[in-house]
Amino acid sequence: MNQLLYSKLSSLFKVEPSLATSIGQIQLDRPVMLASGILGISLDVFNRLYRSGAGAVVTKSLSTEPWEGYPNPTIFSVKGGGWINAVGLSNPGAPNFAKMIEPNQEVPIVVSLVGSIPEDFEMMIQQFENCKVIAYELNLSCPHVAKVGLEVGDDPELVRKIVTIAKNTTDIPIIAKVGLGTTHYLNTVNTAIDSGIDAITAINTVRAMAIDVETQRPILSNKFGGLSGTPIKPIALRCVYEISSKHDIPIIGCGGVSTWEDAVEFFLAGASAIQLGSAVGNDWIDVFSEINNGILQYMKRKNYSSIKDMVGLAKKS
Amino acid sequence: MQRNHNHTTIVTIEKVIDETPTVRTLIFSDDRMSNVLPGQFAMVWIPGVNELPMSVMISKEPGKAAFTVRKHGPASTGLFNVKEGQQIGIRGPYGNSFDLKEGKLLLVGGGTGLVPMMRLLSFVKSTDDVTVLIGAKSKDEVFFEDLANNMLKNNPHKVIVSTDDGSYGEKGFVTDLVEKLVNESNFDGVYACGPEIMMYKTVRSAHSRNMFVQASLERMMKCGVGICGSCCVGEDLVCRDGTVFDGDHLSSNKEFGHFYRNKAGILEKY
Repeated sequence: MNQLLYSKLSSLFKVEPSLATSIGQIQLDRPVMLASGILGISLDVFNRLYRSGAGAVVTKSLSTEPWEGYPNPTIFSVKGGGWINAVGLSNPGAPNFAKMIEPNQEVPIVVSLVGSIPEDFEMMIQQFENCKVIAYELNLSCPHVAKVGLEVGDDPELVRKIVTIAKNTTDIPIIAKVGLGTTHYLNTVNTAIDSGIDAITAINTVRAMAIDVETQRPILSNKFGGLSGTPIKPIALRCVYEISSKHDIPIIGCGGVSTWEDAVEFFLAGASAIQLGSAVGNDWIDVFSEINNGILQYMKRKNYSSIKDMVGLAKKS
Repeated sequence: MQRNHNHTTIVTIEKVIDETPTVRTLIFSDDRMSNVLPGQFAMVWIPGVNELPMSVMISKEPGKAAFTVRKHGPASTGLFNVKEGQQIGIRGPYGNSFDLKEGKLLLVGGGTGLVPMMRLLSFVKSTDDVTVLIGAKSKDEVFFEDLANNMLKNNPHKVIVSTDDGSYGEKGFVTDLVEKLVNESNFDGVYACGPEIMMYKTVRSAHSRNMFVQASLERMMKCGVGICGSCCVGEDLVCRDGTVFDGDHLSSNKEFGHFYRNKAGILEKY
């Protein structure tokens, strides 16, 4: 059908909008993903989240060996909104986890990986050869575990080696999850893009803490944790806008999304999909369908047929 | 302003009662916790030690609530050792609660699993015919027998204790008694809380005879709000979907009674 005819027909018959989106080579039916670290250790739960409207689920960050994480308290609800957590990247280890998700057929799973040296990532990716996985997300930004996460993301040379080895180990797309550390995150983004990364997730939680005034103690057992939820949304949005203004790279927005308006803001800033986690703690898993429905209504009202119609629009203003 | 249940409230322990050499009840004032439903739980912070999920125990005085804890690991031992006048943090209540049936009821509690059963007893109607089964390893570890009898003094009732070693009450596992009782009578509601194998057998016995049965599950729990995922059983999250589940639902859950997850989230067999 030629373009002129299509546009005439479109004006006569309203096009039903589609929630499908693509993050580079990664195709999703719906743009709202579960962020890493949330509910991420059981294939049965992944299936339930997918049925509830999640476009994809990102696993807990996996390490080469099982990790128990920190003792409780591992989470704190901030007055005014948001959470501070220091779960400590507890996870069953990549080899055990790969066995757990091997039966997966249906759910778009993104495997999140955390490690200290490039070879950790190579070993872990090899574990998932027999699993149906749509992408790997390199956790270069967890703010509360030593020797991994942000400490890795803050070292551009290490980022270069990790991205290179990951890209050489698999043909499945590799995403870098960046956050706010001591190195400017845009330097980490630059390095990851130069090394061949397929997409960027921005951002992770922001290093924070809470002190109880009655007992006069830090509340989290690890003292410091990562702040997530509504307080960090404006920061995350700024980062997505900055990255998309400087680079032509697919972006997944992450940080404080709890409503459809938040999701749309991230699209307008340049994200092709969003991840959420804290909102699950407040609104449980109904939040996925609520946000999907809100995005659809908005698209109908604005006459957009696909998510990509919105991506980056705020940069044109 | 109404209190946000996710925000930690600091309370002071007003009284400590030794129930057995390893079990204590800690009483404190808190209106919200004094009114929780049976099956709901709180996340309890012991400053400098840990935070753990606890069923909320009843207290006779209005406005007061309690936790009954058995010393076991570092967290529960930390709570067990809290003295009168010390402060702890609480958030919640979280979770759902038992559906209250009327008529002939069977309540099965093992160890500190008796706590939600005691709270459930405070909701029974005076016309209900109630049987309470208390399971313990030995005579030293039996508690709440007098309390249960006292709470049911105006009801047709039985409180039966069974000890694994036979040092008090009936000898054997409480689940053997459950099997016998559900064979003899048709209960309108069967409720269980305690070690998972005990609950599994109770649910299986009652459900196979088409009786209404519910169990309050316990799992490794970190956040209590459905974020960390540690308490998943199959596709269910104990903190958000439970703690109370119907027998129908549990009977189709392939992990209940067979597997639990360790601190790293690895499935282990019971």
